Amino acid sequence: MQRGKGMKFVGDSRIPAERKPNIPKDYSEYPGKTEAFWPNFLLKEWMIGAVFLIGFLCLTIAHPAPLERVADPTDSGYIPLPDWYFLFLYQLLKYEYAAGDFTVIGAVVIPGIAFGALLLAPWLDRGPERRPMKRPIGSGLMLLAVVSIIFLTWESVDDHDWEAAAQQGEIVDVDYDVDESAEGYDIYLSQDSCIGCHGDDMLGTSAGPPVFESDYDVDEIIEIIHEGIGSMPGDQFDGSEEELETLAEFIANDGQEP
Amino acid sequence: MLQKIYDWVDERLDITPMWRDIADHEVPEHVNPAHHFSAFVYCFGGLTFFTVVIQILSGMFLTMYYVPDIINAYESVYYLQNEVTFGVIVRGMHHWGASLVIVMMFLHTLRVFFTGSYKKPRELNWVVGVLMFFVILGLGFTGYLLPWDMKAYFATVVGLEIAESVPVVGDFTKTLLAGGEIVGAQTLARFFAIHVFFLPGALLGLLGAHFYMIRKQGISGPL
Repeated sequence: MQRGKGMKFVGDSRIPAERKPNIPKDYSEYPGKTEAFWPNFLLKEWMIGAVFLIGFLCLTIAHPAPLERVADPTDSGYIPLPDWYFLFLYQLLKYEYAAGDFTVIGAVVIPGIAFGALLLAPWLDRGPERRPMKRPIGSGLMLLAVVSIIFLTWESVDDHDWEAAAQQGEIVDVDYDVDESAEGYDIYLSQDSCIGCHGDDMLGTSAGPPVFESDYDVDEIIEIIHEGIGSMPGDQFDGSEEELETLAEFIANDGQEP
Repeated sequence: MLQKIYDWVDERLDITPMWRDIADHEVPEHVNPAHHFSAFVYCFGGLTFFTVVIQILSGMFLTMYYVPDIINAYESVYYLQNEVTFGVIVRGMHHWGASLVIVMMFLHTLRVFFTGSYKKPRELNWVVGVLMFFVILGLGFTGYLLPWDMKAYFATVVGLEIAESVPVVGDFTKTLLAGGEIVGAQTLARFFAIHVFFLPGALLGLLGAHFYMIRKQGISGPL
């Protein structure tokens, strides 16, 4: 940098009037096959970036981002699952000595030690040796951590009931317009056993589907309420045979007064 | 023409030294995959940055449609996914990009660790890198709630329960994040603010420090 007397500036600014040449550095005297980042290496890097981007776009086209049904905080039967990169932390909390009374161990102590050690690695391993084979303790601990993360993620994926998960989150087509002034609706509301699984809006919960989902006729509906079907028990209706018929007609008519 | 514009700006602002500072740095042989194919492990950091840029750009486009309140959040994501032209692509890029950032960052961390590049004099850059690791995990956690669908909601409930189980600061952390006792309207607004303003701001600051230190110190030498 030029100093002292005789410096000329552009106008009254502090920009030197003398232009500096805009020429790249010469790397020919550098060791090995050093090359300039700009523009030589950046052009090659862009090619790798382009290939990477194409692969990435193919992924987004082949697998659209998932979206489940809208959040329903009252649905306590939902089995939660974090995104895959948190699964190892989540799985840790399922083991006996890292959960329940020991939650602090699984939630704070173990991750705290692991991530704390990662943060402080330069001070835990201060030797000058850089080759992984020459510092077996550091490399060994890192390998152990990587294997543990893979193992815990694997266990978590294995434990999870993926079919139930896909079903519980499915977007249900709730196009049913339930007539809440109908007689059948009042009868339904008086039946605690129905509401228990099908919800007070008749549109289902995690324990039972919407009552309108299957296209049964009146007689079939009465028979199902009497006999039960699948995991639904029979003989739960509490009322007269006439009321049952009114309710069945209401259900068969997709929630409208017949 | 371009040269004339450049000269005009250069005369007034003296940008040549700045430009040469940015453009002039060497790529040593041992990190260049064109010379040693195994040097592709040195690409992971750059690819992490590339994916972060994709995340920022796709996220900016997502906020053109997304509405951060509990009535409209799900509807706006549903609309974006099913009605908006290329909405499914942009949301897909942001969704898969989030996973990709984690993968690339993990690989980059392993490369730096196993080449011992975090050792003196590069300790500070390692610390900044690990802090970015935490920020990106935080971005993943807060972004997961925003679509306001079933798995978003219940994953956040569980996540906040885990945060609550931390001794001493647990309750405070939970209240700070959830904005109250329950996961609801306040939580969504806070997660949105954290995901879109606080953490990206922190990430950009840390990225600047990361790159400045790399440029100042140069990339670590061959093993």
